[in-house]
Amino acid sequence: MAGGWVSRWPLVRQLRGEDGRREAARSARTDALRPRVERADTVARSVCPYCAVGCGQLVYVEDGRVTQIEGDPDSPISRGRLCPKGSASKQLVTHSGRATQVLYRRPYGTGWEPLDLETAMDMIADRVVRTRRETWQQTRDGRTVRRTTGIAHLGGATLDVEENYLIKKLYTALGAVQVENQARI
Amino acid sequence: MAECHPVGFQWVTEARLRGAKVFHIDPRFSRTSASVDRYLPIRAGSDIVLLGALINHVLTGGLDFREYVLAYTNAATIINAEFRDTEDLDGLFSGYDPETGRYDPSSWAYEGDVGRMRMLSEGGLAHAEAAGSDSYGARGAGASARPPADPTLRHPRCVYQILRRHFSRYTADLVEELCGISAAQFAELAEAITANSGRERTTAWVYSVGWTQHTTGVQFIRAASILQLLLGNMGRPGGGILSLRGHANIQGSTDVPTLFNLLPGYIAMPHAHRHDDLDDYIRGEGADTGFWGNRRAYVVSLLKAWWGDAATEENDFCFDHLPRLTGDHGHYATVMGQIDGTVKGYFVIGENPAVGSANGRAQRLGLANLDWLVVRDLTLVETATFWQDAPEIETGGPHPGEIGTEVFFLPAASHVEKEGTFTNTQRLLQWREKALDPPGDCRSDLWFFYHLGRRIRERLTDDEIDRPVRELTWDYPEEGALREPSARAVLREIGGIGPGGRALSHIRELRPDGSTSCGCWIYCGVYADEVNQAARRRPGREQSRVAPEWGWAWPANRRILYNRASADPEGRPWSERKRYVWWDADRGVWTGADVPDFEEDKPPGYEPPEGAKAEAALRGTDPFIMQSDGRGWLYVPSGLSDGPLPVHYEPHESPVRNTLYGTRANPARRVFHRRDNPYNPPLSSRFPYVFTTSRLTEHHTSGAMSRTLPYLTELQPEPFCEVSPELAAEVGLVNGGWATIVTARAAIETRVLVTERVRPIRLRGTTEQQATEQQATVHQVVLPYHWGYRGLATGDVVNDLIPIVLDPNVFIQESKAGTCDVLPGRRPTGTALLELIERYRRG
Ligand code: SF4
Repeated sequence: MAGGWVSRWPLVRQLRGEDGRREAARSARTDALRPRVERADTVARSVCPYCAVGCGQLVYVEDGRVTQIEGDPDSPISRGRLCPKGSASKQLVTHSGRATQVLYRRPYGTGWEPLDLETAMDMIADRVVRTRRETWQQTRDGRTVRRTTGIAHLGGATLDVEENYLIKKLYTALGAVQVENQARI
Repeated sequence: MAECHPVGFQWVTEARLRGAKVFHIDPRFSRTSASVDRYLPIRAGSDIVLLGALINHVLTGGLDFREYVLAYTNAATIINAEFRDTEDLDGLFSGYDPETGRYDPSSWAYEGDVGRMRMLSEGGLAHAEAAGSDSYGARGAGASARPPADPTLRHPRCVYQILRRHFSRYTADLVEELCGISAAQFAELAEAITANSGRERTTAWVYSVGWTQHTTGVQFIRAASILQLLLGNMGRPGGGILSLRGHANIQGSTDVPTLFNLLPGYIAMPHAHRHDDLDDYIRGEGADTGFWGNRRAYVVSLLKAWWGDAATEENDFCFDHLPRLTGDHGHYATVMGQIDGTVKGYFVIGENPAVGSANGRAQRLGLANLDWLVVRDLTLVETATFWQDAPEIETGGPHPGEIGTEVFFLPAASHVEKEGTFTNTQRLLQWREKALDPPGDCRSDLWFFYHLGRRIRERLTDDEIDRPVRELTWDYPEEGALREPSARAVLREIGGIGPGGRALSHIRELRPDGSTSCGCWIYCGVYADEVNQAARRRPGREQSRVAPEWGWAWPANRRILYNRASADPEGRPWSERKRYVWWDADRGVWTGADVPDFEEDKPPGYEPPEGAKAEAALRGTDPFIMQSDGRGWLYVPSGLSDGPLPVHYEPHESPVRNTLYGTRANPARRVFHRRDNPYNPPLSSRFPYVFTTSRLTEHHTSGAMSRTLPYLTELQPEPFCEVSPELAAEVGLVNGGWATIVTARAAIETRVLVTERVRPIRLRGTTEQQATEQQATVHQVVLPYHWGYRGLATGDVVNDLIPIVLDPNVFIQESKAGTCDVLPGRRPTGTALLELIERYRRG
């Protein structure tokens, strides 16, 4: 039979009995498709942010946007696999519900107000310094404790090692002892 | 594991393909149960009965790996004559004070240690109050590395005989009676694990929060440790007790702890009533033998990392800059402090206690009583918006106009918008490269805390209380337009720096004289040779199966801890099949597939000289190098606040009597009797059912990173409870309909999933009297807890049901076994909801 486009049409080939999961699934259009990761400007080697298995991820960036996150086949832990959460992590970093603006709610306020990041940082620093002074305990039951129990911290467990380190270091120097994270929970 | 650590489960599947037999023991049938050889449903909270019966089976059958047990555990060690077991005191160990609900652990000591332990016991109590009993895990200073022992194991007070007596009533019958596992199922399990242990084979146990979130959680894991030591399964390939941790860096947040009771590397925070100065602290915090004997080097190096040149020998290396603990400053005590008004300011960073912690209502009441709150996250989580949309608003709780909390919400950078390290569940550090800059105001937490610290330092005075902050080393290089502090510089500081400013390569280089600095001694060497070892990415297929050149594992890149035990006392592999680390006599070094977890050149025949300290005090046959006697502890003479051996206690809330002892629940558990934290009475007909919380593959913890994504929300769109057809019939629940779950804290509604996957647990009494009294069916309700009042799919907060009652060692809440009532249909709203809960409270 002559090789007209009709006879090469996957539907026809499959109706004729060829296996639709192999050659007969191909068409000129699908042959021309290229994976979007090929166009990426950079690829970062990363790790899944969900559970503690620590599956390797490859993060593809094109024109300043994350275009794909895939399993890293080099990882001896995951061998390229990701579970539903790991596979959804591109959406975690690109979804439209992500907050990108600082927000402020004043005491007894009924709504959010925008706030400049630098101003927010200054306001928070002011509050830490003030509350620390106001709640400072030099001694307790006759023993030196040099601390405040007026400022507390609760962190998640997807913070980096380096972040945890600076957090504990800063609070300890400030004398804040109620520093906790998800590992307690 | 298949449900919550799916990609890790591929290795279980590989093992099964190679003939391994896999059991899944869980109150709840999950994707794991569907992919194993045997699924054993168990009554939530009864695990020590099962593990104790396995231990008893091994001991009475003489099935222990005797050579391993004699050489590597404390089976032969003699316990002092004052010790009384729970068999003698109806469920209590000696030393219990009913008034305080606390133990004085001194009578549990090894023979010869009692006097010294008594001196330390005041400290033991103070530490237990501050979640630090483990700092006595090394038996305290002055302990001998060679306590009295009877290698024939016949002495009535040797650990082996104490174990035999302690577990003698833990039988297959009892398992049937309290766990709901049949004698035949138990026999198959017992046969499988004993046949699969020994020289040629090893068995592994894997657990997760199903074991930890109990008032007896630490002792569940202790029970597994006893079993694994008896069977010779520790420190060997294919063995161990593997904790599957739930979050990308939860291991790292424990190693480099943002936890109140710890400093980096499991060093205890100093306690006001125990520690005056550095010498005092070093003396009080453990033994002189084993690797903790070097703790002065670890502590001084940490102080040098934090206070640099200001830390000198003369000023105790700024040891007094460290604040002191006086008791429980943990998460739940902090929430009580918020409600009571002592906590004024709160930072919540990538966490969501308004829906993610036990007794959600108490959490939200605490938030509403703060002066100020800072929340950093990827989205506006419930903790940031509680003042706007908490469930209390509908039931007459505080309205926005009544809540004085000032709230700052700062958006966070995602994992691809910053570089840094996650430490996974295998203690493996993996560095992530940054893919791009974060959008808008989003910043890393490293940025936030670095710049916050910088601003605070600009506001300091000459006042003495500001000195520790003033003298803090806080000069990290800034990079890029966003002025991001260098995470590499931070990791390098954590990994340690020696004389001349070069990065350290190994823990053994740490010095007690201030010449080295190291932010976390167990991570020492992560920047060896000025190379970020955590960033190593040699493909797995190009390496051995241990894959030592992918990332970096603490300590010293060792992948299996205590792996000296993979060789026999003479240093030869126990078998060809289980060859892992062994002594190469020709070269005079330990070698093998992994980095030996032992001094590289200490021969198996090494005998410590009189008066030796630290690791030099341990023999060439002592593999458990962090312990003061180098042995695996079947019996724990010190270091636990609720007893030296695991005991079956019922959960704090339970519909079942404890038929083993008169002491019903863990006598040392931490309870908070307060109006805002009411408990269901035990054995109450008002709360006849057991509920246990669970997770689903498609969601993550309390959902902030999953129920905000369309993909994952579509896959699991709605909260539900799983119930058996029998319970559905008893209560009148319909598949796809609604149920209301009630406890003394809250009433919530969910959709109903009626499924045979949930099996009613049938408990069988062993005596005639019990058979009538106790032949009961316990219905368990399974509750995935991923939802809240925001996100793409919303639902009632399961954590609102859970009381604050804690394990006495680590202060974790009991989320895995509580009691409840179940009603058909949706819950009432408004004040009718409060009335319903009040009716249940009053009874
Ligand atoms: S892909 Fe799945 S299994 Fe792997 S780390 Fe992420 S959440 Fe865990």
